[in-house]
Amino acid sequence: MTNIPILKEREKYIYCKGKEEFDFTCDTKSLAGSVSQRACVFCGSRVVLYPIADALHLIHGPIGCASYTWDIRGALSSGPELHRMSFSTDLRERDIIFGGEKKLYASLVQLIDTYRPNAAFVYCTCIIGIIGDDVDSVCKRVTEEKGIPVLPVHSEGFKGTKKDGYKAACESLSMLVGTGSVEDIGRYAINIMGEFNIAGEAWTIKEYYENMGLEVVAVFTGDGRVKNIKRSHGASLNVVQCSGSILRLAQIMEEKYGIPYIRVSYFGIEDMSKALYDVAAHFKDNLGIMKKTKEIVRNEIDAIYPDLLRYKKALSGRKAAIYVGGAFKAFSMIKALRSLGIDVVLAGSQTGNKDDYEVLRDMCDEGTVILDDANPLELSKYCIEKGADLFVGGVKERPIAYKLGIAFCDHNHERKISLAGYSGMINLAKEIYSSVLSPVWKFVPSKNDFLKKHDTEMMK
Amino acid sequence: MKTQEKIEYKATSNACKQCSPLGASFVFRGIERSIPLLHGSQGCSTYIRRYLISHFNEPVDIACSNFTEETAVFGGGANLKLAVENIIKQYNPELIGIATTCLSETIGEDVPMILKGYNKKNFDENFPEIVSVSTPSFSGTHIDGFHSAVRAVVDSIAVKKKISTKQINIFPGMLSPADLRHLKEIVSDFSTDYAMLPDYSDTFDGPLWTEYQEIPEGGTKIEKIASMGDAVASIEFGKILAGEESAGKLLESRFNVPCHSLGLPIGINETDAFLKALETITEKPVPEKYIQERGRLIDSYADGHKYVFEARAVVYGEEDLVIGLASFLSEIGIIPIICASGGESGLLKQKILDIIPDAEEVGIRIIEGADFVEIGEEARKIDPDFFIGNSKGYRIAREMKKPLIRVGFPIHDRLGGARIIHVGYRGAQQLFDTISNTIIATSQEASPVGYTYM
Repeated sequence: MTNIPILKEREKYIYCKGKEEFDFTCDTKSLAGSVSQRACVFCGSRVVLYPIADALHLIHGPIGCASYTWDIRGALSSGPELHRMSFSTDLRERDIIFGGEKKLYASLVQLIDTYRPNAAFVYCTCIIGIIGDDVDSVCKRVTEEKGIPVLPVHSEGFKGTKKDGYKAACESLSMLVGTGSVEDIGRYAINIMGEFNIAGEAWTIKEYYENMGLEVVAVFTGDGRVKNIKRSHGASLNVVQCSGSILRLAQIMEEKYGIPYIRVSYFGIEDMSKALYDVAAHFKDNLGIMKKTKEIVRNEIDAIYPDLLRYKKALSGRKAAIYVGGAFKAFSMIKALRSLGIDVVLAGSQTGNKDDYEVLRDMCDEGTVILDDANPLELSKYCIEKGADLFVGGVKERPIAYKLGIAFCDHNHERKISLAGYSGMINLAKEIYSSVLSPVWKFVPSKNDFLKKHDTEMMK
Repeated sequence: MKTQEKIEYKATSNACKQCSPLGASFVFRGIERSIPLLHGSQGCSTYIRRYLISHFNEPVDIACSNFTEETAVFGGGANLKLAVENIIKQYNPELIGIATTCLSETIGEDVPMILKGYNKKNFDENFPEIVSVSTPSFSGTHIDGFHSAVRAVVDSIAVKKKISTKQINIFPGMLSPADLRHLKEIVSDFSTDYAMLPDYSDTFDGPLWTEYQEIPEGGTKIEKIASMGDAVASIEFGKILAGEESAGKLLESRFNVPCHSLGLPIGINETDAFLKALETITEKPVPEKYIQERGRLIDSYADGHKYVFEARAVVYGEEDLVIGLASFLSEIGIIPIICASGGESGLLKQKILDIIPDAEEVGIRIIEGADFVEIGEEARKIDPDFFIGNSKGYRIAREMKKPLIRVGFPIHDRLGGARIIHVGYRGAQQLFDTISNTIIATSQEASPVGYTYM
C-alpha cells in the first residue's frame, strides 16, 4: 500500500476486479484540479485530421495550440508533407477585440497561394466562438475564391472532451466524402479507417489487404490524400480501427451511402488475424479472398513465431500497467502482452465508454485495477501497489514510470517504431524486452544497496 | 480606425515561440512544494505538460480548472475553486500558482476577485499561498509569461521585515536546470546568502525516487521569497527584461532593494559583469576558482580562435537568449548573421547594436516576431556555417545540410536539454568547445583527405 491520496470524486472511476459489483463511472468531463492525462476537443480533431498530408491545417487562435502540435505525430507520408508544418492565425489582443475574421481570411489566402494544398482545414480553438468569428462564412468565401474545399473544424477546446473533437473532425471529413468520382472503383474495395500511419503502420496494413485481393480506396487518415477521401464513398466496406476516433464518420457513411462498417484492431497477433479474417468474411462471394487471407496469416505468423517465443521466454511472468488513449488499444495490448507471458495488473484509458469497460473488465484477471481518465497520482499509486515491472503508455506516462524505476513501452502518436501488424508485434516485443531487461534498472534506488548503506550511515 | 486598415495580416508558420501560460508554469514548478494551475481548458495544461516532459524527461504535473461550455458562459469561479480544493487534497502544496489562458482572459475572468478570501487567514495554517498571474496567450510569448509569473510571486509574497540579512535576490530568467545549479554555486562561492526565483534545478532534473513524490523535492523556499524585501540587492538577467516592469524593479521601488539589471551571463563579457556585480554587492573579491576557470577559458579561446573566426551563425530563441548568445559569439569572432526571435519587444535591434555596433555594416539581420519559415528564407539567402538555438530549427538546418547546435528550450530531439550549461565561464567553455568542434568536424568530414590532426 502507499499513502498516495485519491480524490473522493475519483473513486467511482477506479475499479479493482474482484467480487465487488462493477459500479463504474466513465465518459464524463474531467474533474477540475485532478490533473487528467487527457487533452481537449481541439486535440481530438487535430489527431484525426493531422496525417492528411496534402491539406493545409490552419489553427485559428492564439499561438499555443499550433506551437504544441507542430510535427507532433509520427504519421508518415509517401509524398507531400504539408501536415508536418504548423500554421496559426496567431491572434493577438487587437484581434480579440476587433475579431479574427480578417486575419483568418488573409492567412488562408496567403497560405493557399504559397503551398497550393488540395484542401484546407480551419481548426477553431477555445476563443473563436467567444470573440464571435463566423468561421463558416470565411471558409465558404475562400472555398469559392480559391476553388479548393476549405473546411471549418469546430474544435473549441472546452466544448466537451477529446471525443467531441473526434466527432468534429468526422463532421468536417464528411463534407469531403462523396465529392469525388467513384467510377473506377471495383467491387472488393474497402476504406481503412482509424489508422494514422504512425511509423508506416498503414502501409503494412494496406499491403495485407492488397495481398488478400482487396482494393484500398482511402486510408483515414494515415498517408491521407484529399482526392482519395473524396471518392471513399465508392468502397463497399469501412474497416474501422481505434476506439471511436473515426467511428462517427463510419456511421455517417453508413447512413448516407449504405456502406457497412466493422471494427478491428491491428495490434497483436490475435487481433491482427481477426481483423483480416473478419474483412475476408465480409466478402463471402469471393472464396479466393478467404483462401489468400489464411495463407497470409499463416505465413506471417510462421515468420515471427520463433522470435516471439524467444522474447516470451525472457519476459514471462512480468507485470504490466497499460494506460492509453482509447480502450480498444487497451484490449489489444492485454492480448498482445499475454502472448508474451506478461500479466496486466492495471488497465485504463482516457476515452473509454461503459461498453468498453465492460469488455475490459471481462478480459482482465482478478485483482487488476481498471481506471478511467486517470491522473499521475492514481497511475503511480496502482503501479506501486500492484508491483508493475512495465508501463505501456504515452509521453506523459513515460516519466512517471521511469521515476519509479519501471520499464516503459512507448505506445504514443509520435513513436518511430511500427507496432501494428505481425512485424509490429515483433517490434513491440523487442521494445518491451529492451526496456525490461536493461541492466540500468539495477541502479534504481529502491533496489540498490549503495543508497541503502548511505542512508543507514547518514542515520548514524 | 485608419490604422486598423493598414495592418498586414500574416499567418505564423512554424512558430518560434510558445504561449505565455507555459512560461508561468516553469516558474510555478520552480518553487518549493508548489504546483501550477491553469485557468482554462484541459488541453492547455496537457499540451504544456507534454511539451515540458519532452524536454526535461521528468514528471510535470500541472493542474487545470477544466472549462466547460457552462463555465464559458457563466464564469469559471466554481471550477477554479473546485480545482484549488482538489489540488490541496491530492498534492498538499505550499503554493498554488494560477495562470490564466486565452479562454479565461477573453471571457474576462478576474482571478483575484474569484479567490478573494481564499487565504491562510480564512482557512488554516496549512492552506497554501495562492498567487495568480494574468497570462493571456494572445499577448506576448512564453518568456513574458515567465517574467510576469516571477513578478506576481514577488509581488504577493515578498515583504520587508527590516531584519538584517546578506541575501541577494537572483532572477535568472528561463535558463536550464544545470545553469541554475551553476549560478547557485557561483553565488555560494561568494559566501553570501541568496534567494533564486525560480529554481527548478531539482524539480525539473532530479534523481529517481526512492519513494513517490507528489511534488518533486526542491525549488525556491517560500520564506526565501518572503525575505526578498530585506535583501541587500537583486540581480536580474535580461536586457529586454531591463526595459520591463520586472520583479527586481518592483523590489527596488517598493522596498528600496537595489536592482542590478544585467545581460544573461553568456560568454566572458557578460559573466565578468555578473561577477563584478557580485563583487560590488558582497564587497568580496571574485573567488580564485573562477579566475582559474576564466583563465582556462581564454586559453582555449587562444587555441581555437582560428577555427571559429568569421564563421556565420543563425541564432534564434527568446530575445534575451539571442542577445546573450550574440554577445558570446561576437567575442570569439563569430558573426551572428541572423538574430531572430518570436518575441516582439521592439528592443532586440538596439540591444544587438549595443553589443555589435557595426552589425548593420557586417550584414547582420535582426528579425523580431520571426517564425521558422521566415528564419529559413533568410538563412537560405546567406548560406550560414551553423545554426544555434532550440531543436525546432532542426528542419531548416537539415534541409540546408548545416549543423545545429542545440541550446535553450525546447530540446525535443536529444537527451540532456536540462544538463546544458550556457552561463558562466563554464557555460562559455562548453559552448566554445561544442561550436569549435562542430566547425572542425564539418571541415574534417568534407575533406577528401580526412586529417587526423586539426
